[in-house]
Amino acid sequence: MLAIETNQLTVRFGEFTAVDQVSISVERGEIYGFLGPNGSGKTTLIKSLCGLLQPASGFGRVLGFDCVKEADEIRQRVGYMSQNFSLYKDLTVSENIDFYAGIYGLSGSYLRQRKQAAIEMTHLAPYLNQRAGRLSGGWKQRLALACAFIHEPKLMFLDEPTAGIDPVARRELWDLLFNLSSRGVTFFVTTHYMDEAERCGRIGYIYLSKLIANGTPDELKRNPDVTPTGSMRVEIETQLTSRALTTIKERQYCRSATIFGQSIHMLMDESCPVAEVEADLHLAGFPDARVRDIRPTLEDVFVTLTASLKGEANGSR
Amino acid sequence: MDPDEIPDQKRAILRRRTNPFRGALPVLRKEAIHIRRDPMALFVTVLIPLLQMFTIGFAIETNVRDMRTAVYDAAHTQESRRLLDRFVNSDDFLIVSNVDSDQQLNEEIVSGRARVGIKIPPDYSRLLLAGETASLLVLVDGSESSVANQALNVANAIALRESLERLRSVTAVRQLLPLETRPKVLFNPDSRSANFLIPGMLAILIQIMTVMLTALAIVREREQGTLEQLFMTPVRPLGLMVGKIVPYAVVAYAELSIMLFFMRWVFRIPISGSLTLLLLLVVPFIVTMLGLGLLISTRANSQQEAIQGAFGTMLPSIFLSGYIFPIETMPQFFRMISSIIPTTYLIQIFRGIILRNAGIRDLWSQGLILSVMGMFFITVSALRFKKKIG
Repeated sequence: MLAIETNQLTVRFGEFTAVDQVSISVERGEIYGFLGPNGSGKTTLIKSLCGLLQPASGFGRVLGFDCVKEADEIRQRVGYMSQNFSLYKDLTVSENIDFYAGIYGLSGSYLRQRKQAAIEMTHLAPYLNQRAGRLSGGWKQRLALACAFIHEPKLMFLDEPTAGIDPVARRELWDLLFNLSSRGVTFFVTTHYMDEAERCGRIGYIYLSKLIANGTPDELKRNPDVTPTGSMRVEIETQLTSRALTTIKERQYCRSATIFGQSIHMLMDESCPVAEVEADLHLAGFPDARVRDIRPTLEDVFVTLTASLKGEANGSR
Repeated sequence: MDPDEIPDQKRAILRRRTNPFRGALPVLRKEAIHIRRDPMALFVTVLIPLLQMFTIGFAIETNVRDMRTAVYDAAHTQESRRLLDRFVNSDDFLIVSNVDSDQQLNEEIVSGRARVGIKIPPDYSRLLLAGETASLLVLVDGSESSVANQALNVANAIALRESLERLRSVTAVRQLLPLETRPKVLFNPDSRSANFLIPGMLAILIQIMTVMLTALAIVREREQGTLEQLFMTPVRPLGLMVGKIVPYAVVAYAELSIMLFFMRWVFRIPISGSLTLLLLLVVPFIVTMLGLGLLISTRANSQQEAIQGAFGTMLPSIFLSGYIFPIETMPQFFRMISSIIPTTYLIQIFRGIILRNAGIRDLWSQGLILSVMGMFFITVSALRFKKKIG
C-alpha cells in the first residue's frame, strides 16, 4: 500500500485552479520532497490530502484512506508541521506536548511512553518548563516536530519545516528526519532549499499548479528536457567569473550560462570540444580558466524546466 | 512493561469512534492555562467591570437636587420673600445670585451660571392683596432636560401650594388643606440611583466580558496560525467550540459573584429575592452571549475586528435594554428592537430579584425567552462554526 497516492487531483478556489491534475505516489518509508515557487499549490495539496479542501476532480488516498470520505481516519494517523511556528507561545514546552497528546487521545502509560520518546528524540528535556515563545527558531521547530509526532504517525507532512532557521539547526532537523525515516515513517516535505531536495528519496516539482517533474534527483538530472540532445553542461573555473560570464555569453557555442558560486555553469553545444573552449578563454584574457563537463544540479533542472514552461506560455500567447 | 502493550494502546485509540465533541477536554485545559497566563486579559475581565461599577455606583446621581438658581426680586415685599423662602426650603433650588434686571437674569442662564431664573414682578404683592392673580416668571434652561422637568414640576407645586394657603388664610373656610399625597417609594425608599443602575449594569458587564473574550479566544488562534494546525488534527468543530467557551462561562460566573459581593457589601444594595434563582436565570443569558461571541469570531479576521464586533453588539444593549432609558417611553419601533435584545430580559430579572423580591412566578416568562434565545444562538453559531471550520 502506498503512503500517498493521488490521481489527477484538482483543487479549485472559484475560477482559480490551485492544484491542477496532480498525480503522485509516495512509497512507505520514503522522504518525498515537494518543491515549487511560493503560491504554486504546495500547501493546498497538503490541505486537500488531509481532507480540509474538497477536490474538484480526481482523487487522493492517504495511508489507504480516501481524502474526502475518511478525513478523520487520516488526521488521526498523520502528523503536520507548518512553515510558521504554530504552537502556543504562552504555554510551556511540556504543556504544548500534553495538549497535542490530549488532542490525539493519548492517555495513561502510553502517553507517558510517547512523551518520553518525543522528548528524547528532540533533546527537549532541558527546556520542558520554558515558555515555547522563548525558544530559538531551531528549538521551536523541534518542539513542533515533537508535537506533530506525539501520536506515532506513519506519515508526516512538513510544510517548509526549515524556513528561517540556521544551517546547524537545519542539519540537525534533517538528521532527525532520516532517523525517523529509517524506522519506517514516511515524510512529505516541502522546501525551497536545493541541498534539502538532494537529500530526498524522490522529488516532485510543482509550477503554476501543475506537477512538471517527478522522480529521484538522479532521474531528474538525466531529464532530456534539462540537457537537450546535442548539448552538454560544463563548469568553468576562473578568478574573474563575472567578466568571463560576459565574454562567454557572446560565444556561438554557449546556449546559456549563469554564475554558480565561484564558477560558471554553461549549457553548450556538444559539437564543440571542452579543450577548445578552454583555449578560447585563455586567449580571451582568462589564463587561469579551467573547463570540465558536469551533470546538471537540481537547481539547473528546476530553472531550466521553469524557463521552458515560461517560454511555452509566452509563445502560445 | 509488556512491549506489545503499546501497539495495543495505539490500536485502541485508532479504533475509537470519533465523537462530535472530540478534543473538548484538552482544548478546555489549554484555554484555562491561557487565561491564567495572560495578566492583561485577567485585568480587563476583572478590574475594568469593577471600575465601571464604582464609577456608576458612586459618581452618577440622576436625581436632581440643588439646581443653581438666579433670582430677580422686583417686588421686595414680605410676600415675595415668603415665596422665595419656599423655593429655598424645597432643597431643589439653590439660590446662587440675586440680580436687578431682566437682562441680568437672562445672562445668568445663558452663561450657565444658573439653570433656573425666578422673577417676581414689582406688582406681585399689590395684585395678591387686591385678590387678583399675581404672576411669577420661572425661566428654565431646557438644554438639560432632566433639570428642566424637575424645575417646572417643583415650581408649579410651590405656586399651587402658596395659592392654596393664601386662599385658606383669606377666606378662613378651613384650617387644613383638603388633599395631600403621601407618596411611598417601594423597593428603593431613598430613590438611590445606584439601586436602579447597578443591577442593570451587572447584566451589561457580563455581556461585554463574555462576548469579547469568546470572540477573541478564537480570533487569537487564527491570527497566530495555531487554528490551521488544529484543523490538521482530529479535533472536531464542536469539541473545539465547547472547549473554548466553557472556561469563559466559568470566568463570567466568577466575575458575577465578585460584582454581587461588591453590590451587597460596598454599595449596600441587598438582594431581596433568591440568589439561587438569580444565578440560575443567568445561565441561559451567558449561553446566548457565548454564542454571540462565537458568531463574531467566525466573521472577524483580526482581534481588532473582533473587538469592534463585540462593541457593535454593546451599544443597542446599553441604550435599548431599559438599562438607563425606560423602554416604556420609546417609540413602537424601538420597543420592538428592545424586545429582541437578550439583555432587556436579564435586566428585568436582575431588578426583579434584587430590588423587588420577585420569584420564579413573576419571572418565568423572561427566563423562558432567554432560554429560547440561548438555544437559538448556540445552535446557529455551532452550525456556522462547523461550516467555517469543519
